[in-house]
Amino acid sequence: MPDAVTLKTAGGRASGPSGPKPKRIISPRNIMLYGILFVAAAYYLLPLYVMMVTSLKGMPEIRLGNIFSPPVEITFEPWVKAWATACTGLNCDGLSRGFWNSVRITVPSVIISIAIASVNGYALANWRFKGSEVFFSILVVGAFIPYQVMIYPIVIVLREIGVYGSLTGLIIVHSIFGMPILTLLFRNYFASLPQELFKAARIDGAGFWQIFLKIMLPMSLPIFVVAMILQVTGIWNDFLFGVVFTRPEYYPMTVQLNNIVNSVQGVKEYNVNMAATILTGLVPLVVYFVSGRLFVRGIAAGAVKG
Amino acid sequence: MNSSVSIRDLSLNFGSVSVLKDLNLEINDGEFLVLLGSSGCGKSTLLNCIAGLLDASDGQIFIKGKNVTWEEPKDRGIGMVFQSYALYPQMSVEKNLSFGLQVAKVPQQEIDKRVARAAEILQIQPLLKRKPAELSGGQRQRVAIGRALVRDVDVFLFDEPLSNLDAKLRSELRVEIKRLHQSLNNTMIYVTHDQIEALTLADRIAIMKNGIIQQLADPTTIYNKPRNLFVAGFIGSPSMNFLRGEITKQGDQTFFTANGVNFSVAAYEAPEALQAGRKVILGVRPEHVKVNENLGAEVHEATVDIEEPMGADNLLWLKHAGHTMSVRINGARRFSPGSALKLGFDMSLASLFDAETELRI
Repeated sequence: MPDAVTLKTAGGRASGPSGPKPKRIISPRNIMLYGILFVAAAYYLLPLYVMMVTSLKGMPEIRLGNIFSPPVEITFEPWVKAWATACTGLNCDGLSRGFWNSVRITVPSVIISIAIASVNGYALANWRFKGSEVFFSILVVGAFIPYQVMIYPIVIVLREIGVYGSLTGLIIVHSIFGMPILTLLFRNYFASLPQELFKAARIDGAGFWQIFLKIMLPMSLPIFVVAMILQVTGIWNDFLFGVVFTRPEYYPMTVQLNNIVNSVQGVKEYNVNMAATILTGLVPLVVYFVSGRLFVRGIAAGAVKG
Repeated sequence: MNSSVSIRDLSLNFGSVSVLKDLNLEINDGEFLVLLGSSGCGKSTLLNCIAGLLDASDGQIFIKGKNVTWEEPKDRGIGMVFQSYALYPQMSVEKNLSFGLQVAKVPQQEIDKRVARAAEILQIQPLLKRKPAELSGGQRQRVAIGRALVRDVDVFLFDEPLSNLDAKLRSELRVEIKRLHQSLNNTMIYVTHDQIEALTLADRIAIMKNGIIQQLADPTTIYNKPRNLFVAGFIGSPSMNFLRGEITKQGDQTFFTANGVNFSVAAYEAPEALQAGRKVILGVRPEHVKVNENLGAEVHEATVDIEEPMGADNLLWLKHAGHTMSVRINGARRFSPGSALKLGFDMSLASLFDAETELRI
C-alpha cells in the first residue's frame, strides 16, 4: 500500500480525496425515503390485492374470512358472472350491456368535445376578437358551477328538443360539460406555442383552418392526449349524468355496477362484486398505462402554464 | 421620388397606451432601412403594422403605391424574418420553404424552381430534406430568409433576425444579408437594437424612442451629426462624452465653458449665433479626442483613471476638469493609470446641444 501512495504522489496528485465522492447506498436518508415510498405503495396496492384475490375465490372460501390469504382454488366463475349473467333489476346479462353503453357514450362524447374545444382554444389564443377575453372568462366560470344546479334545467332542455333518455342526449351533455376545462387546456397550450409561428403562417397566406390543421395540430399531440385521458376517464367514471339523463336500457357501466353491487336480494356475492368493480375500472386504467408518458409531457408542456 | 413603402400619420394604441404616434416614413425603392431603438420603443410594433399583423389605430400604409392599410398580410407583397426563426417544426426545410407557395396554389413545377433558386442563393441545398430541429441557428435563420425569398416579395421585413445567434455567426450572417440586398435590390426594413448592425447594414437609419422617430438619416450623418441628445447618446460605444456648461464670450471669441475650463468653439459650424450665457451640452466622441499629438492651439490637462486595452483600440477613462471622459486611441499606445497627459479637441467633429430642448445647435 505505501507503494501505491508513493506512485500516486509521484504522478502529481497529493494523497487524500480524489475523483468522485463515494456514495453510501444504505444511509439514514435512503432508509427514510424508500421506507416511506414502500409504505405509500403498499397503502394503495393492498386494496387492489384484496379485490383481485377475492374475485378469484369461491363463496365458501370467502366465508372463512381470511381476506388477505391467496385463493386455494382459483376460479374465474365470478368474472364470467359479473360480465354476463349478474342480475340488475329485470335484466340478467351482467355488466356487458353497461360496457357497450359506456363505449357508445364515451367515444362520441370524447371526439366531439375535443374537436370543438381544440378549435375554441386555438381561436381564443391566436385570433383575439372583440370580447374574446370576456367570452373566455365566462367559459372558465362555467367550470366552477356545481353540476347539481344544472340538472333539472338540462332535463327540461333535453325533453324539449326530444332527446331526453336517449344516448344522444347524454352525449350532448357530456360534450358541453367538457367544454370549459378543455377550452382552458387548449387555449393555454396554444398560447404557449411561439406566437411568431402563427405570424409566419399568416404572412405565408394560410387562413384560420389552414393554420390550425397544418401548423398547430401537428405540434399538439401531447395536449390532445391529455384532453383525451381527462375526457375518457371523466365520462367513463360518470355516474350522476348517466343515471339522470338515460333510461335503464342505456345505463352506462358505472350505473350497472352500482345496481349489481347494491342489489338487496339474496346473498352478497363479494367475489362477483369485486370482479365487476375491477372490470369497470379497467378502461381508465388501460388508458393511463398506454398514454401515461405522453400525459405527463402534455401537462408539463402547457396545461399548468397560464 | 420612387417610394416603396409609405407610412402616413400612423398611430397605434394598445388600450390606453399609445405605442406609435402620428408616425410618417417614406422608404425608397431598393432601400435598406433600419429601425433602431431600445426595447419598448415601438420599432417591432411598427414592423408588425407594416406586415399587417397588427391593425393600425389611425393612419395609412402604402406599399408600392397601393393602400394596404386594410389588406391581409399575404396580399401586401411582404416577406418577414423573425428573431426566433419561426420555422414550422414538423416540416422539412423544403416544406417550410414551399408552404406559402402551396397555400397560394402555385403550380408544383414553379414551386420546385423557386425553392431550388432560393436554396442556391442561400447555400442550403444539402439541408432541404432536414427538419428545423436538425439545423444550427445560422442555418435556421437562412431557411427563414429563404421562406421570404421564394415568395418573390417586394419588401423584406426583418425583426431582429440575428439577436438569437452567437457573436461570430451574427457577423457572418450580417455580411450575407448585406450581400443579399446588393444582389436582389429589394426594399428591406430591418428592426434591431444593435447599433453595429444598424450602422453596417443601413442606407438610412430611423432611430426611435417612445413611438416617435428621433432622427432619420444615413449612418454617417446619424453618427457625426446627431439631431438630439438621445440619438447622440444612443449611437456609439462607448457613448459620447457629454459636458454640461455654458457659452461665454471673451472679446470677439466664443467659448464653451464647463467647470471653469474654456473650449474654443470657433471651428464648430453653428447655424445660429451662440449667445453668451446660453446653457449648452458639449458632446465629443471618444475617438475625436486627441492625446499628446496634433493637439492644435488649445491644450487641456488630464490624468488617466483606468485603462482598458481592447486589442486594436485602447480605451482610456480620464479625469479632466471635474469630468470623467472616455478616449479611444490606437491599441499600441499604452498609458498607466495616474499618468498625466495632454488633450486636444477637434470642435469641427463635436456636437453642441441646447441644455433645455436637448436639440442640436
